[in-house]
Amino acid sequence: MSKLISGTTGEWEVVIGLEVHAQVTSNSKLFSGAATEFGAEPNTQVSLVDAAMPGMLPVINAYCVEQAVRTGLALDAQINLYSIFDRKNYFYADLPQGYQISQYKQPVVGEGIITLDLKDGETKEVGIERLHLEQDAGKSMHDQHPTMTYVDLNRSGVALMEIVSKPDMRSSEEAGAYLKKLRTILRYIGTCDGNMEQGSMRADVNVSVRKPGGPLGTRCEIKNVNSVRFVQQAIEYEARRQIDVIEDGGKIVQETRLYDVAAGVTRSMRSKEEAHDYRYFPDPDLLPLELDPAWVDKIKAGLPELPDEKKNRLMRDFGLSVYDAGVMVSEPEIGVYFEEVAKGRDPKQASNWVTGSLFAALNAKGVSITESPVTAANLGKLIDLIADNTISGRIAKDVFEIMVETGGDPAKIVEEKGLKQITDTGFIEGIVDKIIAENPGQVAQYDGGANPKVIGWFVGQVMKQSQGKANPAQVNELLKKKLG
Amino acid sequence: MSELTDLTIAGALSGLDKGEFTSRELTQAYIAEVENGRALNAFTTETPDKALEMADAADAARRSGDVGPLNGIPLAIKDLFCTKGVLTTASSHILHGFKPPYESSVTSNLWRDGAVMLGKVSLDEFAMGSSNETSFYGPVQNPWRTTDGKARVPGGSSGGSAAAVAAHLAAAATGTDTGGSIRQPASFCGLAGIKPTYGRCSRWGIIAFASSLDQAGPITRNVEDAAIMLRSMAGYDPKDSTSINTPVPDYRKALTGDIRGLKIGIPQEYRMEGTPPDVLALWDRGIQWMKDAGAQIVDISLPHTKYALATYYIVAPAEASSNLARYDGVRYGLREQGGNLIEMYENTRGAGFGEEVQRRILIGTYVLSAGYYDAYYLKAQKVRTLIAQDFEQAFGRVDAILTPTAPCSAFSPGEKSDDPISMYLNDVFTVPASLAGIPGMSVPAGICSAGLPLGLQILGRPFEEETVLKVGHVIEQAAAFGARPRIWWKEAA
Repeated sequence: MSKLISGTTGEWEVVIGLEVHAQVTSNSKLFSGAATEFGAEPNTQVSLVDAAMPGMLPVINAYCVEQAVRTGLALDAQINLYSIFDRKNYFYADLPQGYQISQYKQPVVGEGIITLDLKDGETKEVGIERLHLEQDAGKSMHDQHPTMTYVDLNRSGVALMEIVSKPDMRSSEEAGAYLKKLRTILRYIGTCDGNMEQGSMRADVNVSVRKPGGPLGTRCEIKNVNSVRFVQQAIEYEARRQIDVIEDGGKIVQETRLYDVAAGVTRSMRSKEEAHDYRYFPDPDLLPLELDPAWVDKIKAGLPELPDEKKNRLMRDFGLSVYDAGVMVSEPEIGVYFEEVAKGRDPKQASNWVTGSLFAALNAKGVSITESPVTAANLGKLIDLIADNTISGRIAKDVFEIMVETGGDPAKIVEEKGLKQITDTGFIEGIVDKIIAENPGQVAQYDGGANPKVIGWFVGQVMKQSQGKANPAQVNELLKKKLG
Repeated sequence: MSELTDLTIAGALSGLDKGEFTSRELTQAYIAEVENGRALNAFTTETPDKALEMADAADAARRSGDVGPLNGIPLAIKDLFCTKGVLTTASSHILHGFKPPYESSVTSNLWRDGAVMLGKVSLDEFAMGSSNETSFYGPVQNPWRTTDGKARVPGGSSGGSAAAVAAHLAAAATGTDTGGSIRQPASFCGLAGIKPTYGRCSRWGIIAFASSLDQAGPITRNVEDAAIMLRSMAGYDPKDSTSINTPVPDYRKALTGDIRGLKIGIPQEYRMEGTPPDVLALWDRGIQWMKDAGAQIVDISLPHTKYALATYYIVAPAEASSNLARYDGVRYGLREQGGNLIEMYENTRGAGFGEEVQRRILIGTYVLSAGYYDAYYLKAQKVRTLIAQDFEQAFGRVDAILTPTAPCSAFSPGEKSDDPISMYLNDVFTVPASLAGIPGMSVPAGICSAGLPLGLQILGRPFEEETVLKVGHVIEQAAAFGARPRIWWKEAA
């Protein structure tokens, strides 16, 4: 797969690094007991600490630390038993303290690895530079009043994990695969819901271009992009922009840019010279964070099966293809659903039903697998009905459609609608005889098997006559025998 | 009833116990003194109604047998402690009208033990100063004047606390000490004042100046009162991550008067050039008192002392520049409108912060800036570690250290206002202990040639406040400091 972009001076390579801000799944904030629920009325989830009232002090939420460590372990990363919280100082109306408590030089999690699943079963390893914990800011609302800005502090102090990749990605597809894989892992271990629309996951995208094999180019950072698609679009645009600037004899200026979703372009936000001097220093209100190795081991022992492990197992135990296994682990709930359907049944059948008819139905209805009208148990039963010749695969499709609409039990549907497969040889023979008698032309064409394709036409006729209920194998057998 | 206000805490508790008077009577006497003492400008907010209410509650509790260790004792609270529903200003205009909906942990502890609040007392704005002249509400007067009647500053930053206690407008007061803000005003006003070990008192609800240095402590008329007050103020608080979970002893029990065999260190580096002979003579007298009481005097060296002041004036402003960022006009306190957000910030902070606070924010912002951080802040942190190590090594050889509290007695109003460096130099003996986080106490020990009090400072190992109090108590006994300022403020009223 060519990842290079052509310009007027030849091929260019794009170099991408991502900083993902993932909201930690936790009932309370990083340094206060206030709630974190999404969508609450403005300023109803704000403690005295979150509002930075005079004399208020932060106290670390141990559960948020546990979640960060869990994430580090899932990324096969180094867990730093000693880390420091620093203050990142800047003024903004939705930053009540005038600083964000973050981790600067000594983060809680160090280097790790994430394996991307690319097209055609290809994989690629991308390095994780670090993961640190930090507070989110509040939200400024500029549309509430003609001249004033309103501030909602519900998000103020909510725990975020900033997960920084190494600049290891070389295409927008890889960046997309990275975000999807990271989101999958976070969902598996329950440390972030990965919901980009609600802002639970946001990405800062670092993009530079270079001639293949050449030194790294100057990078631009595109801030706060909130969907996989927009990240990919922003990279495409930004890489092309940088190539054009350089090829026109210009230079890339290191700067922060924003992606304008409507226009599909990135725009300069502030240059390096205008960049904030955050005056980081260790927060004197907080002691260094020291972790007990036994505690870390306990978290590690409690990790669920991770997507890569599960994928390998599905391939090994169920004989799934790389692609199908990848699909099954892309969301924890899909894997759970699939395993329930596949258990004790033909895994290929199970996989086909899940990735085929089920996904199509869910898509059409716009619901997720957890809201599926067809339960895994019922889909399993449907497959059983095919396996024991109660219904044909053709009828199964009809039964499935009914299940999607009613959520019903397939056996009952078959019973009520009289869709049970007909295996009575005498009955089938009657139809076969009738069709052969009525169509001498086709019989001649078949010519005792000289033209075997014609048998398909006969099968179709018999099935039509029996309203699809005749057992196809029996029909075939009888036709072959009768047509000689 | 003025004799009631002459009682120490211990004396008043005894009288209350015996039923000689009620807390209401005691409180009424103090309320009258607070009114008579307005010329001192010690109080920023008087809360007489609240005081009487609390006194009545204390009396009722006493009748029902629920007698806290400070039951019925009227106190002044430094206006850096947040007090629920009561104006809390840090003596700054930027907290204009701010009434916290919460009570600081230390004051909560005091009220839990039955104490009564007379009101809030002045300080240098945000506790930044050594003379209580930087308060937005005007300078506080020292009740002490020179023998020839000249006015003096009460010291700072807990100047309102010290003035109120010295003039008997309150039985005792809370203070906070970041670089000497309890000990220096105690010395200037002839009082006992202890800054306990960092982490001994909760900082929750105390308006932050420099988080790694700020500690609350009492300012009292004598060492015994300091022991009583500290016991109530101290204690672990899970809301302050730097609070230490170690039991609070009954400090009063440490005041045995027996220091035989105790090793007292005398640091040579504190014998600084230019220190007035009065101060040096008092120090020598203190050494003699120690010997007389059977302690052993050991010459020690604290080699990094000369860097302490410079280190302090990097670390404290750095933390302050960040701690004071929250006063931005957005959520509470003063707001001066502007055409946009930045203008609003500039107008609010320009109008809300006084000159000294602005100076320290600028210094702190500078020393944390990219390109200067390593040279200033990081280096200061390293020196701070060395200073702490100096003390650690010294405390391997001695049990306590004796030094002067301040390099002079109380100075004249305005004397150092135009020269910040000379003002900062006043903290030279108190700052090292703050940087090391160790307990330090000032005890009144003598009178200078101008007729003003002088204090001696006792430093101890972390969490060995008992040793500090014990030694301080012996000095107090030996010095027999019974002097009181001439009461001029009532004439002024």
